[in-house]
Formats: sequence, C-alpha cells, structure tokens
Amino acid sequence: MTEIARTALTRASPAQETASRARALAAFKLGDSTFYWMTRLAALAVLGVLGGIILTLVIGAWPALQAFGADFLWTQRWAPQLQPDPVLGALGPIYGTLLTSFIAMTIAAPVGVGVAIFLTELCPESLRRPVGMAIELLAGIPSIIYGMWGFFVLAPFLTDHFQPAMIRLFDGVPVLGALFAGPPSYLSLFNASLVLAIMVLPFITAIARDVFATVPPMLKESAYGMGCTTWEVVRNVVIPYTRVGLIGGLMLGLGRALGETMAVTFIIGNSFKITGSLFAPGTTISAAIASEFAESDGVHQSALILLGLLLFVLTFFVLAAARLMLRRIERRQGG
Amino acid sequence: MNLRTIFPLRAAFAAAAIAAAAASLAAPAAHAADITGAGATFPYPIYSKWADAYKKETGTGLNYQSLGSGAGVKQIQSRTVVFGATDAPLSAAQLEKDGLVQWPQVMGAIVPVVNVDGLKPGELTLDGATLADIYLGKIKSWDDAAIRKLNPAAKLPAAPITVVRRSDGSGTTFVFVTYLSQVSAEWKSKVGVGTAVEWPVGVGARGNEGVAGNVAQTRNSIGYVEYAYAKQNKLAHAAMVNRAGKTLQPSSQSFQAAAANADWAKAAGYNLILTDQPGESSWPITAATFILMPKQPKDKASAAQALKFFAWAFEKGDKMAEELDYVPMPDAVVALIKATWAKDIQAQ
Repeated sequence: MTEIARTALTRASPAQETASRARALAAFKLGDSTFYWMTRLAALAVLGVLGGIILTLVIGAWPALQAFGADFLWTQRWAPQLQPDPVLGALGPIYGTLLTSFIAMTIAAPVGVGVAIFLTELCPESLRRPVGMAIELLAGIPSIIYGMWGFFVLAPFLTDHFQPAMIRLFDGVPVLGALFAGPPSYLSLFNASLVLAIMVLPFITAIARDVFATVPPMLKESAYGMGCTTWEVVRNVVIPYTRVGLIGGLMLGLGRALGETMAVTFIIGNSFKITGSLFAPGTTISAAIASEFAESDGVHQSALILLGLLLFVLTFFVLAAARLMLRRIERRQGG
Repeated sequence: MNLRTIFPLRAAFAAAAIAAAAASLAAPAAHAADITGAGATFPYPIYSKWADAYKKETGTGLNYQSLGSGAGVKQIQSRTVVFGATDAPLSAAQLEKDGLVQWPQVMGAIVPVVNVDGLKPGELTLDGATLADIYLGKIKSWDDAAIRKLNPAAKLPAAPITVVRRSDGSGTTFVFVTYLSQVSAEWKSKVGVGTAVEWPVGVGARGNEGVAGNVAQTRNSIGYVEYAYAKQNKLAHAAMVNRAGKTLQPSSQSFQAAAANADWAKAAGYNLILTDQPGESSWPITAATFILMPKQPKDKASAAQALKFFAWAFEKGDKMAEELDYVPMPDAVVALIKATWAKDIQAQ
C-alpha cells in the first residue's frame, strides 16, 4: 500500500498526486477505525462476559438469598440433609478461604520476593537462567499434582513430625495453644495453606523478577556509587521503583490462593466446622463448591452458587483494596 | 502407595466414554446407537463390566456417565438420558409425579474400613451403636471402653480416631447414614439422613476411591466404602454385629442373606432400603441400587433397547456381579420387575 502510494507520488501530476494521497489517507483512516473498533469490541466483550457471569450467579443464587438473607454470612452450620428447609451458612468456607490465603501469602510473599531479589541482584550469571527456568516450571505444574504431593508426601511428614511438635510446644499457652491444638490431621487448614504457599510462590517470584529487571541500571549504580549496600539499594531504590508491579504480582498470587480448588479440595479435609485450630480440617469456598455441586439441588445448589458469588465479591474487594492502597502510597510519595 | 486409590477411576472411564462418543460421532452409520444412562457411582464397576460383555454379544454399547445419584435423577427427570441410576430410591409419590418407573438392578454392601497398626482385615469388630458414636465424635480414641468391650483380644492403640467420610453428595453416604439413623437415636435426631449431611466430625474425601485412599494413607483412621473398593485396595474391613446380635464378616453370603429378607412385592416402586435387616446372617449395611426409566419414553426404540440390556443383565450378569462382590437380584424379584416393565413402560 505505501509502496504504491510512494510510486504514485513520485510520478503523477500535482492534481493526481492530491487525489491519490487522499485515497491513501482514506485507506489509512479506514484501517485505523477498523482497528479501533475491533479492540474496542474486544474490551467490551470482556465487560459483557463479566456482566453475564455476575447476572447468572445472582439469578442462580436468588433462591438461597431469599431463604437465608444476610444470615448466610455468619451461620456456621451446613446441614443440607434437613429437607425441605436446609440450614446453610457460609461462615466456615469464608473463614477457611481467608485463613488459608492469609497464611499462604504470609509465607509466599517474603520468600517469593526474596528469590526474585536474589535472582536479579545477587545471583551469579551462570545460575540465573536455571533457577529462573525452574521457577517458571513450578508455575506451570497443574494444581492437582501439588494436591497429590501434599497428600502423599507433605501430609505424612507434617502429621508425624511437625504437628505433634507444635502441639506439644504450645500446649497450655493461651491463644497459641488453641491455634495449634491437636490431634494432628493429614487433612488440615495448615497443610492446605502450606501447599497454597508453594503454589503461589512462583507467580510472585516470576513477576517480581520481571519488574525488578526494569529498574534502570543507572539508578542502582548511582546508589552503589554513593556507598549503599545491596540491602540499601534494594530497600530504597529497587522496591520503591517497582512497587506498582510488585503489588500487582502479590495480588495475582493472592487471587490464585483465594480461588485455588483442586489441590485444596484434596488436602483441606472438607469440614464446615470452625474449631479455631490450624491443624483441624476445614474447607474453602471453591472446595465446598467442587465437592458438593454435582449432587446438589434446590436451595442447596443455590447456596453453592451464592458461595461462588461471595468468592467473586471477596476477590473484587481484595483487588479494590490493593488498588486503593497503591494509590495512597503513590499520593504520599508524589506529595 | 497404591495410586489407583487416589486417581479417580472415574476420570479414566470418562475419558474412555468421551473417546467412544467421539468415535460414534465420526462413524454414525457403523453401529446401532448406544444406550445412554447416567447416575450412581456405586454400581459403576458392574454396569461397565456388563456393558463390555453385552457389546461383544450384541453390538449395542452402553454409554453410562457415573455422575452420582442426584445427577442421575436430575437427568432422567429432564429426559436427557434413556435411563437414570440412583442409590437413594425415589418415593412412590415422587415417581408418580415424574412419570418414572423404578426398580432395583443389583445389590451391594458397604463396609467400615480401618487403618490401625497391627489390625488385619476382619480383626476389628464394631456394632451399629459404636459406629454411630465414632461418627458422632463421642468415641474419640481407639482404646475407648465401647470398642475394647467388642474387641477384648485386640491390641488397640491409645490414639485419636481420624474419621473419614464423603465430601461429595453420595448414595453410599445415604445408605450408611440410613443405617446409623436406624441404630442410633442420637444420630437420627442430631444428623439425620441425606446424600450429604452435616457431619459432626471427620475429614471429607471425594468418592469411594477418595475415602479408600485417605484411610489407606492415614494411620488410626476409619471410613466406609462399597465392599469392592475395600477389597481392591486391600483395606482392613471391620466385622459388624448385626441386628440379631451375631458378629459377621462381609461376604456374598451375608449380603445375600440381607437381601433375601426384603419383601420387594409389598414395596411400592421398590422403594426399599436393606440396612439393618433381621436374620442371623444378614450383613447390616446392604443396599440395592436402582434404575429409573420414564413410563412413556420419548424414544421408544432406545427404551426397548435399554430394557433388553437390563433383562440380559438379570439373565446373564449374575456371575460377573458376584466376581465384583455385588449381589444379583433373586429370581423371584426379577420376575416381579419384568412384570412391572410389561405393565408400566410403554416401550414397544
């Protein structure tokens, strides 16, 4: 197209020249607007799908919303066998979801960011690629594999060695004693949290490594030139420079932890009771849906859809809170 | 560790079913249409075995999706399959409302399985009340007086019991909790009966294979599975004290004895549960699994084909069922069922 336009420009008379130039410009314009509308349509499609999902969830959850109302949020009982009026409450799954995600992030965030700092700032060049690739491979392992590993390898170790030791250590201590109360269990909130931590770690590391690589070398070298230690460079140059991307990576990890289903269903024990102990079985929203959906009907099924809606809302609030936090930090730094 | 206990067998079967479906799509004229059915997972091993043999003999295949009893009922109610299968029988009124016919196709038994160091299959004896108390969380330790009283000779550890139960809704659960409700007033009032219930204690695992896997893996645990799963996974089953007060090992004889007691002729829609039957040699947790078909099928030809398959299974499937530790229906009951077909299903 441009080739033709150029030959036309060099050879034609002025009048022809103007005409062909107009034609070429019109063609460009057409291309531009096509491109504009296609991308716009793609963006709108995302909104459409999102709206559709919300609408479907609300319609599906409506019978349960009518039956339980706001009580659904703070009822701990989950008794689908009481027909025709089952008592169903989301407190157990919400508690399990928040607790496992919180523990997983507490472990995975410092370790994941630490790995990324090591890889970008301290790692010898020869190790960088193999370790980086190993991290990416970890991110690609299907979640059921983590679940099986957690069940066959991690769970026996934790139940036979780690949990009894912790139970003995904190026996009789207020708060901590209740948190680490026995008996040890293969399937527990704690085991699920640990597997979740390992699952979200590569996400956090991969993103943190990529954003750390965007720090201009000039900034870092200036800091080193002023006599900063590596810790000071990371603390005062690298992290402040990349905080938006870094928090984005953490949020992605948290999103995965909140929604992870298969691995968690495998090792969390699927119990709706809240005992307060980390070593007791529990459940999460997605594990409850995965376990019970196939065999549910009526209000029971509607309650499971309502759980799905709650997870949706929960994730939305977590992401919104992260955005808000980010804006606040930026305002403080800017002002 | 036996990986099969944890890899749901069902997934492999589902893959095979999808492959078969794809093949049938590719060559629609090659053979007659398959019979489609969906429902309970409990009888799945025997249905697929029958289907293989039947296909070899007649060329007609069976496409059975083992999605669970609830899904089976739902699919036959919406008439998306030729037949549905369920472990929890529908009431006569419900059958009437949905225009369905129900009959028992084969029977099986549920056994408690335990994983306690030093205890071999059949060495532990439990009765209904003790089992209910374990599942209620009242008996917490293996050396509890109630368990010791039933097993004076056994060496029982002073270790907490890990209770394993189903996390998904299940016909196996329905039968098991029906039994617990019959033998324990407290279970009946506190928990009750359903395909999914509010478990007082324990960890939930998915499917019979999930419970088997968890019990195999977890020391000092107890679970309940369909007998074939206990046998395949070489789990230590418990002997049970039945209603007549006799201690029994699970076996085809004790399952058949429980079935022989049942009075199918009097039960409308064959709505009968075989748990806690009288009789000296009746295994206490025996169950039938049911087939559902519409009285007025949309597609009469495929309904006739399905009935032909079930008649064949009654006639020639007994040995295969016994090989997998299912209990075939007695001949007298089969005659009743065939009369019901002729009377109620307008297939021909």
